[in-house]
Amino acid sequence: MFKMFKIALRNLFRYKRRTILTTSLITFGVAFVLVFVSVTASFKSMMIGEITDSMLGHIQIHKRGYVASLDNLPLNLNLAPQAFKKVEEALTGIPEVETWSPRIKFGGVFSNFIDSTNIRLNAVDPDREWATVPLLSSRIISGDKTVKPGEILVPELLAKGMKVKVGDTAVVVATNEDGSVNGYQFTVSGILRSVTGPGGRDGYIHIEDGRRILRLEEAAVSEVAIRLESFDALRHVVARLEETLGKEKNAQGQPAFEIHDWTKLSPFYNIVRMIDVMTFSIRLMLIAVVLISIMNVMIMAVYERTREIGTIAAIGTLPGRILSLFVIEGLSLGVLGAISGTVLGGLAVMALNIFKIRFNFGRQQGLILNSGLDPADVLIVGLIVVVISVLACLQPAHRASKLDPIKALHQV
Amino acid sequence: MDLVVAENITKDYVNGKVSVRALDDVSFTVDAGSFVSFVGPSGSGKTTLLNLIGCLDRPTSGRIQVAGAEISNLDRRDGALFRGKNLGFIFQDFNLVPVLTVYENVEYPLVMVHGVDRRRRKRKVMELVEAVGMKAERDKYPDQLSGGQKQRVAVARALVTEPKLVLADEPTANLDSHTAGIIIELMRSMRDALGATFIFSTHDMRIVAAADVIYTLRDGMLTETAHRAVVNEGGPNV
Repeated sequence: MFKMFKIALRNLFRYKRRTILTTSLITFGVAFVLVFVSVTASFKSMMIGEITDSMLGHIQIHKRGYVASLDNLPLNLNLAPQAFKKVEEALTGIPEVETWSPRIKFGGVFSNFIDSTNIRLNAVDPDREWATVPLLSSRIISGDKTVKPGEILVPELLAKGMKVKVGDTAVVVATNEDGSVNGYQFTVSGILRSVTGPGGRDGYIHIEDGRRILRLEEAAVSEVAIRLESFDALRHVVARLEETLGKEKNAQGQPAFEIHDWTKLSPFYNIVRMIDVMTFSIRLMLIAVVLISIMNVMIMAVYERTREIGTIAAIGTLPGRILSLFVIEGLSLGVLGAISGTVLGGLAVMALNIFKIRFNFGRQQGLILNSGLDPADVLIVGLIVVVISVLACLQPAHRASKLDPIKALHQV
Repeated sequence: MDLVVAENITKDYVNGKVSVRALDDVSFTVDAGSFVSFVGPSGSGKTTLLNLIGCLDRPTSGRIQVAGAEISNLDRRDGALFRGKNLGFIFQDFNLVPVLTVYENVEYPLVMVHGVDRRRRKRKVMELVEAVGMKAERDKYPDQLSGGQKQRVAVARALVTEPKLVLADEPTANLDSHTAGIIIELMRSMRDALGATFIFSTHDMRIVAAADVIYTLRDGMLTETAHRAVVNEGGPNV
């Protein structure tokens, strides 16, 4: 086998220019795919991290029907205290759950005594909320990094529009479930940077203030946001929760709860899907590049070396061995391209990290990608190249193995 | 003892509706260890006959036995196996593998066809490379060799597997007369040393003169057979 690889490599470097051109093509293809996959994966994980760690949490649990009416923030679809207790019991029994935060979500009117505007509010227990969405505190661009009773965190755009700053007084007016209106005065304790996605422009108050405005006598909540020990456990935990909470039925005999991971709650998931489709397309392009370039080289090799094939066939080389010689040649070309492409891709990713390329996404500006080559991606791309290289040379190799030695020997 | 027995061989080539008879009812035998020449003008069927003996082609009718085996109907794979085990080939254009050194070209059949272990291979190859006078050039590539040197390497490659029969198609056609003489002498000495049988197709009178038996072909028919005694008395009408 070693001899066959040696012969294959010598044959490849017999036509140096052609081999270098083909290897370069595969190298650049592999490097491009690896850089693309690495950058998009880092973009995806950064954005998913932003979305889940600064507002959504990894998973949310609601009363059945809440998410379908999410835009209205329906108070009549809050989780009753007994239901919330059952959720807490279920979460306590799952070791992969790191923490969770109950939220009351409602819409109201925000007034600075001169102007007023609509506001969406999250009433939260700050300790639990900050633990569930740890990037929330980094979104507070001025003021306190928490929210106490009587304080409000105001979204940046609203603060700018209403000319509100930290320390100002404002009033929030809200309608409760029964339709009665109630107002409450707050001190602006901080300004929140906007982020892309649902909830990215919400204000925050303490959960006790939320209950007071909405006159909730019971400890009802709109949703429970959950943070996991590891993001990889997402599907497993969703399945466990569905199994545990799925047993709870409402009066209509339907499941009382609905459990959603971030993919069901954020439109960014559609962008993620689009990125995945683009990655798949890029991989298809790489396959085409490898297939066409290696097939072309091997067809030429068989054509140019017909007499040589006739000679080795005449002296008794079996057709299978002739086929192997050409397959090994194509395989070597693919392996060379895959290795050099991985090295080049790795260097390109390193360069991206050194030069810290900044980009904007939605309302977020100056994001810096921190890319890295995932060994799994390197393995997949490498395997694609190797498998396609072998497939690409099968036809020419088969043709070589089937050549009639007499005709081959007389080829000029 | 007969190494090759050919009985009533006919070979037709069909091209569309045209059929050309390349060999017509040819019968002959070749003794083991002999030096046999097939002579005749171009198109007389010499190369066709060598292809049939070498299992590279099949006769339209008739039987060919080589080393006791019936080879007329061997399929592609069995033909290759038979060639690898029993036959050596020497070509007019040398046909060395350009990416292999002299040593590696001679070694090639032992690696790719016979799968001989490294130690035995080395001993065998060095024996042959030395015997054909190419020891000093063993690390050179074919494009660094003269025509005569290439044909020496080809002779060594043909003999390295210790074949019963070596088929040589116009082995001196691309060599100058001095080199051709050296190659003929080399093949004779190798025959004497190794006991292999040589069959040539040739126009070269020096090969004809060196042959034990000369078969003359004309228009696909065997027209004349001469043995060394006859050759020495004036040779066949080539």
